[in-house]
Amino acid sequence: MFTNSNLMEFIFGRLSWSSLAFTHDPIILMTFIAVVLGGGAVVGAVTYFRLWGYLWKEWFTSVDHKKIGIMYVVLSLIMLLRGFADAVMMRTQQAVAFGANEGYLPPHHYDQIFTAHGVIMIFFFAMPLVTGIMNYVVPLQIGARDVSFPFLNNFSFWMTAAGAVVIMLSLFVGEFARTGWLAYPPLSGADYSPGVGVDYYIWGLQVAGVGTTLSGINLIATIVKMRAPGMTMMKMPIFTWTSLCTNVLIVASFPILTATLVLLTLDRYVGTNFFTNDLGGNPMMYVNLIWIWGHPEVYILILPAFGIFSEVVSTYSGKRLFGYASMVYATVVITILSYLVWLHHFFTMGSGASVNAFFGITTMIISIPTGAKIFNWLFTMYRGRIRYEVPMYWTVGFMVTFVIGGMTGVMLAVPPADFVLHNSLFLIAHFHNVIIGGVVFGLLAGINFWFPKAFGYKLDPFWGKMSFWFWLIGFYFAFMPLYVLGLMGVTRRVNHFDDSSLQIWFVIAAFGAFLIALGIASFIIQLVVSFLKRDQLRDLTGDPWDGRTLEWATSSPPPEYNFAFTPVVHDHDSWYDMKKRGYVRPLEGFKPIHMPKNTGTGVILSGLSVALAFGLIWYMWWLAALSFIGILVVSIAHTFNYKRDYYIPVETVVATENARTKQLAEQA
Amino acid sequence: MSAPHTASADKPTFYLTEEHHPENSTMLGFWIYLMSDCLMFAVLFATYAVLGRSYAAGPSPADLFDLNLVAINTAMLLFSSITYGFAMLRMEKGDKAGTLKWLAITGVFGLAFLGIELYEFHHLIHEGATPQRSAFLSAFFTLVGTHGLHVTFGCIWLVTLMVQVSKHGLIEANRRRLMCLSMFWHFLDVVWIGVFSLVYLIGVIG
Repeated sequence: MFTNSNLMEFIFGRLSWSSLAFTHDPIILMTFIAVVLGGGAVVGAVTYFRLWGYLWKEWFTSVDHKKIGIMYVVLSLIMLLRGFADAVMMRTQQAVAFGANEGYLPPHHYDQIFTAHGVIMIFFFAMPLVTGIMNYVVPLQIGARDVSFPFLNNFSFWMTAAGAVVIMLSLFVGEFARTGWLAYPPLSGADYSPGVGVDYYIWGLQVAGVGTTLSGINLIATIVKMRAPGMTMMKMPIFTWTSLCTNVLIVASFPILTATLVLLTLDRYVGTNFFTNDLGGNPMMYVNLIWIWGHPEVYILILPAFGIFSEVVSTYSGKRLFGYASMVYATVVITILSYLVWLHHFFTMGSGASVNAFFGITTMIISIPTGAKIFNWLFTMYRGRIRYEVPMYWTVGFMVTFVIGGMTGVMLAVPPADFVLHNSLFLIAHFHNVIIGGVVFGLLAGINFWFPKAFGYKLDPFWGKMSFWFWLIGFYFAFMPLYVLGLMGVTRRVNHFDDSSLQIWFVIAAFGAFLIALGIASFIIQLVVSFLKRDQLRDLTGDPWDGRTLEWATSSPPPEYNFAFTPVVHDHDSWYDMKKRGYVRPLEGFKPIHMPKNTGTGVILSGLSVALAFGLIWYMWWLAALSFIGILVVSIAHTFNYKRDYYIPVETVVATENARTKQLAEQA
Repeated sequence: MSAPHTASADKPTFYLTEEHHPENSTMLGFWIYLMSDCLMFAVLFATYAVLGRSYAAGPSPADLFDLNLVAINTAMLLFSSITYGFAMLRMEKGDKAGTLKWLAITGVFGLAFLGIELYEFHHLIHEGATPQRSAFLSAFFTLVGTHGLHVTFGCIWLVTLMVQVSKHGLIEANRRRLMCLSMFWHFLDVVWIGVFSLVYLIGVIG
């Protein structure tokens, strides 16, 4: 018996039947049943329509930046649904849990939900969506055929997906962290969080972090080295500029997250004393380090959104962007300043008046370049021929909403005010104000703007506008009450209140969440309706919005090689310049095109990483060791393959280009 | 860069008729990767700087470090950088056998470094100066150990490249890979100089 239990412990580590969360929680059981049924339906459908081979060959193993970009976006939208479900649960709980009513979420479950909500929304919704759009758009905007390192790109995507899988596993097998999205020690240390929750958090983020860092390196190299001839730095499209700055921020901040989480891991697994309360450990060290990553992270998310708004405003106003150079400088200044403000996240730590004053002032300074951007967008619209397409709705909604969020941010930047507002719902309202009003609106504008490029048909404008109005009004209903509550002193992360006079505000906020749910539903309906009406919404020109940058110069969707001939750039807004000066599309002289080959290595490494993470989380050391060796062997084996490229034969290029010529002729 | 389509002054050219060959990005990409790695070391150095005096009534650097041993260790790593440099000079001459010989010598120096480091760690742990003993020792073992893991990884990479060079010769792809490992190897040297100065020297002096 004794040896038997030893053997079981060796094989399964900490894992046992009781770890399966759905066996004792009806909410998780329902979710589990829904996931099994839904997942089963998808797998069944893919099998029935014999799509596995197609998916594997054309998508999973693809090194084409366009397909990888689309896979990132799909991943992020799936994760949005999970993260939003968490949000709805929290809003419902807080709307009902007053006085004698305990609500339906006990603290240990509620704490997991707010942690998962934050982690998923930032790391697995916003980040993949930003990366996906950059991946799709940047190489097209700079007139390149792909990114610098196409295999690395595929690998990065699969590592991000692997991280998402690890986080999703925690829903059913074991539990998630109950620490808040940044897992501050000593709460997240071994003494106070002995279970697997924090380990899921750590390994999910570490696996995804590898993908994020590598994709950052890849896109920097791409933008620096692969621009079309003539495209000097100051002729790059603004979205490419903001992508460059974002990727610099990624490469300069994610390693800090990785290293910090390694230290936390060592505290938990090895018993070191970095962030413990005794033996010389210093928990505030963690808080400093995590925010040195965390503050740039919010700019990683917002800068590409700023880039999208710039492209959208200039396209739909029919004008060159007002103050291009100032926009570039503002972006670069924000990039640098984002490293000098991290301490404003914990003014209450007690660093003293001078330190707090320094970080308060640097924080306020950031609002200057940001304000300059707002004025640039407004002046671009001024006397423009504005077309109110859906992306323009999002942009105007953003400008109003984001300014409010920016101003409450400046309030929080004042240390004495922060001592009152710190850790309150005012803060929650502030960062949702800038993240939803800035990042989410920007990304939805981007999806509406570039969707016709990726799929060859526009998104249905009616449902797009429905989605916009539900999101916008829902946002104000959901978060304005939180400003009020925060000013009244209500703290965050509380699952039950005694003072019933507060309840009305939480009910209003829950109603706001319901409106946002309708906004998300409208977006999904928009995707379905547009697919059904794709023949009416079809765009054969490749340039449905009278665009200004190079991605609109090729067909929609673009051929695998993007451009049959590499464009030569003379001015910024180079496609507009080409149209204005009588560019004629070349019809002959095509050459074979050199392209990278697909590979399954990324998928395999990602699967092994999930196994490695699972082994480490559950102390199944044999699994961890085997998967680690597997990762090493597969990586080394991959380097023994020297034949990684091929030529698209000239006949294929000619056929593709002739088909497009015919399409364009039919249009005319 | 290939010649643009023939142009007259009023009709500018908007595309290249020849294939466009952007410069290879591998060196830049690898350089950026090294800088990201450097930031991880920066975190570990910063952590050591903050926690390095938190002995928790346990041993301090002056009680633990044997500078003679560390000097030999440092010499091993510095020599390995020189010999890697010789390997690269042979590679430039197109001398496959010479390249492989110097790579092998580099590997031996690298392993010697690792061996001495493991001996040091074993000795410290044997004396009760474990990573769990104090925040200082946690930070010390993590910083030095992370560097050691990098050298280990470098050695695995070195062997892989030796196999690939002997199999395919000094072809373009292999030369690029040797350049990357060269950057990696010298980078570890630079990091070690930081470790040696900030951890060992300053630790023993003060």
